[in-house]
Amino acid sequence: MRRTLPQMHIVQRSDIKPLNAWGYRLLAVLFALSMGGLFLLILGYNPFDVYATMLRGALGSAGMQKETLKLTIPLALTALGILLAFKMKFWNIGAEGQIAAGAIAASYFAYFHADLPKTVLLLTMAAAGFVAGGFWGLIPAWFKTRFGTNETLFTLMLNYIIYYFITYLREGPWRESVGGFAAMPRFPKQARLPEIPFPFVGNLHLGWVVLLVMMVLVFIYLRYTKQGYEITVVGENERTARYAGMPVKRIILRTMFLSAGIAGLVGMLQVSGPDRQLTDSVGGGRGFTAISIVWLARLSPFGSVAVAFLFAILQKGSSMMQTEYRIPASMSDILQGIILFCVLGAEFFLQYRILKRKEVAA
Amino acid sequence: MQFTPAIQLIRLTKCFDSVTACDCIDLDVRRGEILALLGENGSGKTTLTNMLSGIYQPDAGQILLDGKPVIIRSPRDAIRQGIGMIHQHFKLVEVMTARENILLGQQSLIKTNPEDAVKAFGLKVGLNKKVYDMSVSEKQTVEILKVLCRGADKLILDEPTAVLTPQEIQSLFDTLHAMRKEGKAIIIITHKLEEVMAVSDRVTVLRKGVNVGTVGTGQTDRFSLTEMMVGQAIDLDVKRVETPPGQPLLRLDKVSAEDDSGRTLLKDISFTLNQGEILGVAGVAGSGQKALCEIIAGLENPSGGTITLDKQPINGLSPREIIKRGISMAFIPEDRLGMGLVGGLNIPDNLLLKTYRDQKGFFLKRKPARLEGEEMIRKLKIVTPGLNVKIRKLSGGNVQKVLLGREINLSPKVLITAYPVRGLDIGASMTIYDMLNEQKRKGVGILFVGEDLDVLISLCDRILVLCAGKVSAIVESQFATKALLGMKMTGLKTDKEDEYA
Repeated sequence: MRRTLPQMHIVQRSDIKPLNAWGYRLLAVLFALSMGGLFLLILGYNPFDVYATMLRGALGSAGMQKETLKLTIPLALTALGILLAFKMKFWNIGAEGQIAAGAIAASYFAYFHADLPKTVLLLTMAAAGFVAGGFWGLIPAWFKTRFGTNETLFTLMLNYIIYYFITYLREGPWRESVGGFAAMPRFPKQARLPEIPFPFVGNLHLGWVVLLVMMVLVFIYLRYTKQGYEITVVGENERTARYAGMPVKRIILRTMFLSAGIAGLVGMLQVSGPDRQLTDSVGGGRGFTAISIVWLARLSPFGSVAVAFLFAILQKGSSMMQTEYRIPASMSDILQGIILFCVLGAEFFLQYRILKRKEVAA
Repeated sequence: MQFTPAIQLIRLTKCFDSVTACDCIDLDVRRGEILALLGENGSGKTTLTNMLSGIYQPDAGQILLDGKPVIIRSPRDAIRQGIGMIHQHFKLVEVMTARENILLGQQSLIKTNPEDAVKAFGLKVGLNKKVYDMSVSEKQTVEILKVLCRGADKLILDEPTAVLTPQEIQSLFDTLHAMRKEGKAIIIITHKLEEVMAVSDRVTVLRKGVNVGTVGTGQTDRFSLTEMMVGQAIDLDVKRVETPPGQPLLRLDKVSAEDDSGRTLLKDISFTLNQGEILGVAGVAGSGQKALCEIIAGLENPSGGTITLDKQPINGLSPREIIKRGISMAFIPEDRLGMGLVGGLNIPDNLLLKTYRDQKGFFLKRKPARLEGEEMIRKLKIVTPGLNVKIRKLSGGNVQKVLLGREINLSPKVLITAYPVRGLDIGASMTIYDMLNEQKRKGVGILFVGEDLDVLISLCDRILVLCAGKVSAIVESQFATKALLGMKMTGLKTDKEDEYA
């Protein structure tokens, strides 16, 4: 038997220029879109038409743009929150629950303290949302620092608890007294977020300002503050952090409070902005989608907002696609999945390259 | 046919991206011969042997075994073709006996039964002993047996002496000589010159991926080998700086420690470290060196005993408080970056680790650290493309200079340094020794945990020998010999060995 070597082999790259790296990632997205196109083709549609429809559905008119932005705000803000924990390699996959916790706390003030002046009420709701979300995130963080529990499972489990708690509120104490349908009442005007104009698209709830401010704050916090530096060190190498005398446990608790707090704020913005009431769909899967966003953005705050916008386009476009082509909107989930798979798969090519074997000179 | 080499390499080449790890290397080993492969870290020794054991495929060149060109596709393929590789890190199942480990899943490959091999080469190991009851040296013997039983007649040993005591090294060399007599071809990789001289028949020296020459061991000496290895003549002597006796600085009194599962790490450790003194710590890997360093630095709490600095007790203080009191630790773990540095951060950010909390305010000021970094690069001749390079990208020697440089810049009273020259080439090691001696002159008390007994003897004032977590001796270096230290290192040895060092 003649032995031959495989013609290709894999070699680790030492370095890659950032520009080339982004080129690869762009290629991966294009590849993902063509895979999605292939899928559409098999279903019997013209992928170009469908994609064009999606784009039109998301950005075609000022109204549509506004809807897309409304989707972007909670997605991006949740991503910014998750980013803080992920930077520390604390895998917070419980943003969904933290959003709910924030929403419940904010709703409490909307339902029972609507007599406060509007500004005071809204600020109280925001603070309550932040603190409640943060507290919900502190629980797994505390158990991790105290007993070394696994935060991934813990944060995930807490999601169920808080969602069933919302169901309980809806069926019981907070149920709207009129009508046979179990729901919670709509917020009084006092408790609704004001709308302010967003360039070109008209009035949009205040959340967009919060998002932009938070984006800059998170960037500065991570890059230029002592606390941000601590997060990086703990994330990179916890042993070194301890050795350098950092209060690692306190850093984990503090960071997780902030991370979950931002998610809690998302909950407040959702109930007080577009939803105008507390529902059990306040998270809407954003806590999970945001994980993909943060990964795709490679833990960059600005990148996260940009990727969140693209994801919002996909989601909004998909609903247009559904109405025009009767293609289920879950197509957008499939596309998101393919994009994530391809871009993360492209990371392999950023770290390794495949070489053709050179001729063996005897 | 008698002169056909057992292993012959022709222009073997392997590149990693832009780095050529092995550049057209020619090499041959005959039957009944021990070839030492000598070279500094990064000279391509490991890459070369990885190609021989099927882990890497060469980019170009040819491997001939017994005169026939071959392709080695995998480690399993290598052993089938008679190449036995003994790695630095053992791959044994702890809960099984030596015999079970040898036979494990390899029935089809077994050519010799273990009893015969033990007898043939005069190996000292109980085949029915469980691996977890074995010393490092016994485990190594099992690894050797494993490849012998699988019919290997070409053996490659990667730095086999790194973890052994002098006595164990001698016994390993006896085994190698027995195998040589049986006609095995043996390659031993090392960077220790004494061992090359003691065991090998010929030496091939690698430098920066190039074979710079092969010489008969009898026709050469340490100095010409060093010159071949480094590329220039170098002063090999580590100097001890004489300083006047200083005040007692750090005192440990009956300090004991246990790990989480209650196993003893340290037992009744007592010693005093004086100003302007280098106190060496010798011991077989895992004798408690790490626990000792961590306890002094406040990373772990002792289960008993007292530690005093300048007559003030410091046990129970936080790591940060201990840093403030003037104890600095530079511990180089096996992966180099594990403790003390953050691979993903650049030089200034790594320099900030211990001082950033002294800054006032919410924001981090990087300017001072950048200046400190620039000066350190200049003073310690750190090779780096710039300040902003992630420290992971620097070579080992430069990483260690940054770490030690940072600790020294804190102007400590006590400097704990563990394995500071781990993996460094001779030139870089000398720089590190000079840095330590300079601190000593300033009156710093230095605790130097080392591996190389020759260095410990020539650099330190006194040497403390750790054995299974106890102090088995504290000797003045001028009266210390390697044989004495070796005996003390194993003297009270129990069978429990920790795997970490």
